[in-house]
Amino acid sequence: MLKDVTLGQFFPGNTVIHRLDPRTKLILVIVYIVALFTAKSYISYAVVIVVFALCVAVSRIGLKSLFSGLKPILIIIIITAILNILFTRSGRVLLQFWKITVTADGVRIAVFMVVRLMLLIMGTFILTYTTSPISLTEGLERLLSPLKKIKVPVHELAMMMSIALRFIPTLIEETDKIMSAQKARGANFETGSLLDRAKALLPLLVPLFVSAFRRADELAVAMESRCYHGGEGRTRMNVLTMKKRDWTALILGAIFLAAIIALARFGL
Amino acid sequence: MGEMIMSDRIIEMKDLSYAYTAAEGETPRLVLKGIDLEIEEGTFVAVLGHNGSGKSTLAKHMNAVFLPSGGIVYVAGMDTADENLLIEIRRTVGMVFQNPDNQIVANVVEEDVAFAPENLGCPPEEIRRRVDDALKVVGMYDFREHAPHLLSGGQKQRVAIAGVLAMQPKCVVFDEPTAMLDPRGREEVTAIIRRMRDELGTTVVLITHHMEETIDADRLVVMADGRVAMDGTPREIFSQVDRLRELGLDVPQTVDLIYRLNKKGFSMPLDALSPDECAEAVAGALRT
Repeated sequence: MLKDVTLGQFFPGNTVIHRLDPRTKLILVIVYIVALFTAKSYISYAVVIVVFALCVAVSRIGLKSLFSGLKPILIIIIITAILNILFTRSGRVLLQFWKITVTADGVRIAVFMVVRLMLLIMGTFILTYTTSPISLTEGLERLLSPLKKIKVPVHELAMMMSIALRFIPTLIEETDKIMSAQKARGANFETGSLLDRAKALLPLLVPLFVSAFRRADELAVAMESRCYHGGEGRTRMNVLTMKKRDWTALILGAIFLAAIIALARFGL
Repeated sequence: MGEMIMSDRIIEMKDLSYAYTAAEGETPRLVLKGIDLEIEEGTFVAVLGHNGSGKSTLAKHMNAVFLPSGGIVYVAGMDTADENLLIEIRRTVGMVFQNPDNQIVANVVEEDVAFAPENLGCPPEEIRRRVDDALKVVGMYDFREHAPHLLSGGQKQRVAIAGVLAMQPKCVVFDEPTAMLDPRGREEVTAIIRRMRDELGTTVVLITHHMEETIDADRLVVMADGRVAMDGTPREIFSQVDRLRELGLDVPQTVDLIYRLNKKGFSMPLDALSPDECAEAVAGALRT
């Protein structure tokens, strides 16, 4: 059950998108998000969807893994849809009973919001699915490195992030194990009131935290044993270099954004 | 700079003692009580001892993870208490720990193996070469682009070993590397340890409580209660069955068999360590 969480999971591959520089991909994701929030009309949404679909096709990400990643935010999507349907009062009335009015505008806005949310999440999934967390953090580190001048600990933050990502699957596996162990001794995580279930999580969280601290301690010793001494004087095996395909991708991204903005300007 | 001693001793401990910092009012408990130990370059030394004998604490002094409370530790002539030499010491003596999960830093095998040479500031082409070489030594080259958490315990530990080998250390200390592995993983790891000594000429220090893993060692050090209790070749040590039992340690099944047979009136040499040697000794005794 916990294995379904795909956050921060990387699927190695060798497509063009996999090989793009992480910095390019990070910038493109920002471009994509800006475009997504600029898009207001069917046409501009269609453009975004086509671009998104193209990226998915090129990166050869399975649709299944893409959609399964949406599961954790399903509730947010549903609530967004309901709220938009219920509280939009303008437009032609489709349905009216008791205090509830459903209008055509409401439905339209709800659909737009849901599509936007889904595209937002799945778009960022393309980034995390095709970029190893280490190169992702390296990309972030390099993009943010100007901030070092104002004493922002960029390397340390990047290292913390990559370690956190590295240990997510390990800790999930461990949580599963502890859960089974507690269930075998009669713990009940599934039934009872919300408070009961929250209480039932306590015997799960305590051993998990204890073990996480122990792991952190051992990892620190292992890292120091491998000569880790901060970012100073550290080199990388895979040095990030912007290649021709990166510039091409960035130019395509710029055209995409320009097109969406132009469409928005014309009220489309 | 610390005092430099030129010798072919990769590790030299002089009257080493160590106590964990105690709570106020309590007397600190000594874990290591005056250890003199020298490890020659290119040898395979096994350190045996049961839990609480101080063997893991001893290991952590070999690359300055712990610093002595008393006495001195030299690594290739460098005083481990000298902070300026810390990186140099740690690249000389690498360390592999018990839990492979807690040593792997990266999400891709080859990026993890690259961690140490990256820290050392090697140029990218050299890191690539070191990573490939190290992965080939441990037989994990084909898995270089895999995610570590999908590997078996033994495979993970091999990746961890490659991560240390990529530093190109003169000596590798293994701190109970097989304690968390299944029999197959254990066999994989011990095979690599043997290959490191035989083919790479790396000095190996193996901390363990599995007798069987120490049989191939050039030298066996037995720890008990923070002291070196016995020191010699595995043959010398394991033939002293009574002394080992006194220390709360067992002997390999082969030695145990001969020991028991001898009690029943046979007189066979107690130094038949491998199953083949043991079988031969028993067969020889039965023939006469």
